[in-house]
Amino acid sequence: MPDTSARGREVRGLDALELRPQEGRGERGAAEALKGFWAATWPKLAAVALVLAAWQAVVWSGWRPEYVLPGPDRVLPALVAEVSTPEFWTAVAVTVRRALTGFALALAVGVAVGLAVSRFRPLRVAIGSLITGLQTMPSIVWFPFAMLLYGISESAIMFVIVLGAAPSIAGGLTSGIDYVSPTLLRAGRVMGLSGVRHYSMLVVPAALPMFVSGLKQGWAFAWRSLMAGELLVVINQQDSIGWALSQARQLNDADRLLAYIIVVLAVGIVVDVFFTWADRALRRRWGIAA
Amino acid sequence: MTTTATPARVPAVEISGISKVFGHGTGAVTAIDGMSITVAPGEFVSLVGASGCGKSTLLSLVAGLESPTTGSVDASGHRVAMMFQEAALFPWLTVGGNIEVPMKADRVPRAERRRRVADLLDLVRLSGFDRKRPHELSGGMRMRVALARALAQDADVLLMDEPFGALDAMTRDILHDELERIWQERGLTVLFVTHNVREAVRLGDRVVLLSSRPGRVIEEFEVEGERPRRIDSALIAGQAAAITDRLREEVSRHA
Repeated sequence: MPDTSARGREVRGLDALELRPQEGRGERGAAEALKGFWAATWPKLAAVALVLAAWQAVVWSGWRPEYVLPGPDRVLPALVAEVSTPEFWTAVAVTVRRALTGFALALAVGVAVGLAVSRFRPLRVAIGSLITGLQTMPSIVWFPFAMLLYGISESAIMFVIVLGAAPSIAGGLTSGIDYVSPTLLRAGRVMGLSGVRHYSMLVVPAALPMFVSGLKQGWAFAWRSLMAGELLVVINQQDSIGWALSQARQLNDADRLLAYIIVVLAVGIVVDVFFTWADRALRRRWGIAA
Repeated sequence: MTTTATPARVPAVEISGISKVFGHGTGAVTAIDGMSITVAPGEFVSLVGASGCGKSTLLSLVAGLESPTTGSVDASGHRVAMMFQEAALFPWLTVGGNIEVPMKADRVPRAERRRRVADLLDLVRLSGFDRKRPHELSGGMRMRVALARALAQDADVLLMDEPFGALDAMTRDILHDELERIWQERGLTVLFVTHNVREAVRLGDRVVLLSSRPGRVIEEFEVEGERPRRIDSALIAGQAAAITDRLREEVSRHA
């Protein structure tokens, strides 16, 4: 059929014309990739250098004696020394394990609550604003109660992590579900998606970007709650970052204290980098990347 | 496609005396009032009207997304698929993944899904775009994916809600040809809603003109002219002009 093939060529031609400008974009040489990496890295390095310089300047100004406020020249070697001890890694392992366990619990609770709230309108009316309220509540407020309930134990810390992180996770999921495009929902209904498939094939993936934002925020709350918990609920003879921090304070070991503060910051940054990467990968997949 | 032995005079879609009222009491809005339209199997019917003629509501009623306040819609024995103003593809899935969605909903086995995706992509001339994501395609290509996805439902009745409204003129012309070809190849019944009178005449066997607020059928026009028609032909322009005059008359009633 010559007619059809002529039409086919028209269609293909138009497609090619519409796509061409986009095709060049993904291709990047090694040199260009290196350039991009450097462009993203040097401001960060400069910021670190600036902070270290300012810190050292404050120390040199003599505002506080050096045994209270040591400079980076003493803290960084202390950090290196600390990192090479097995106790340090035990402490980090204990803290990270608590963080992950607590976050996993918060995830389970947050998802269950988020799904329930977005599914049942009366439940949303009843506890929707409670969830928002809980998000703004400083989780440290829960510790006295948690210690009353669970004693000086890891369960007390877990309790507070869940209360701190689950509302953000639930909130992210509910708003993700709320903002699923009505056109997609209509399309889903027309295609016969219902019941579990309506959720697994449409609602959950569509809500994913906002859910990931909720997870990221939830993680931040979980990490803060955990640090507060390890400082307040000091479980004796158990290495952890919080325990190391309070020990260093008791021994007036400012070098070690600041070294551990850097560790807390570093863990936070690593996890944030992970969530940012996940968020960006998702956006790129969806074609909404900047 | 297996067609049941339906006598030709049994309509594919029978819309009889439907009304649709949204809200209650003093705030109630009548979107559609006593509308009856009969669509024969294999017929291409264009629905034209100004804003507020209830076109989209009408399609939702035929698709079974909503139920009429009074009257009835009968498309029994037919599978109904629908396309929207936007392609409404799932951005987290590939082109192939999108076309698979209705088949997954129907629990079609994986091997058959893959085979049918390949066939449908071939039909809409998008072979080789299986693994692309919707955002990597042009608007016209996305619409063809949406068409393939609608056909993946094994539907023989296709409802189209201004599907080409957002496309440039050239892409739209080509998609008219493509839609016409696929409609004929597959023996589809099409209900096509548009604001564009020429488009309605270009594609339809029949053009149904609707009034606004509430939506009622004003007049039906049988379209003359052999297919394939050209949207820029004098025959189309003449018929479109007559319908546009009638539509303007109706619109000025609301001044």
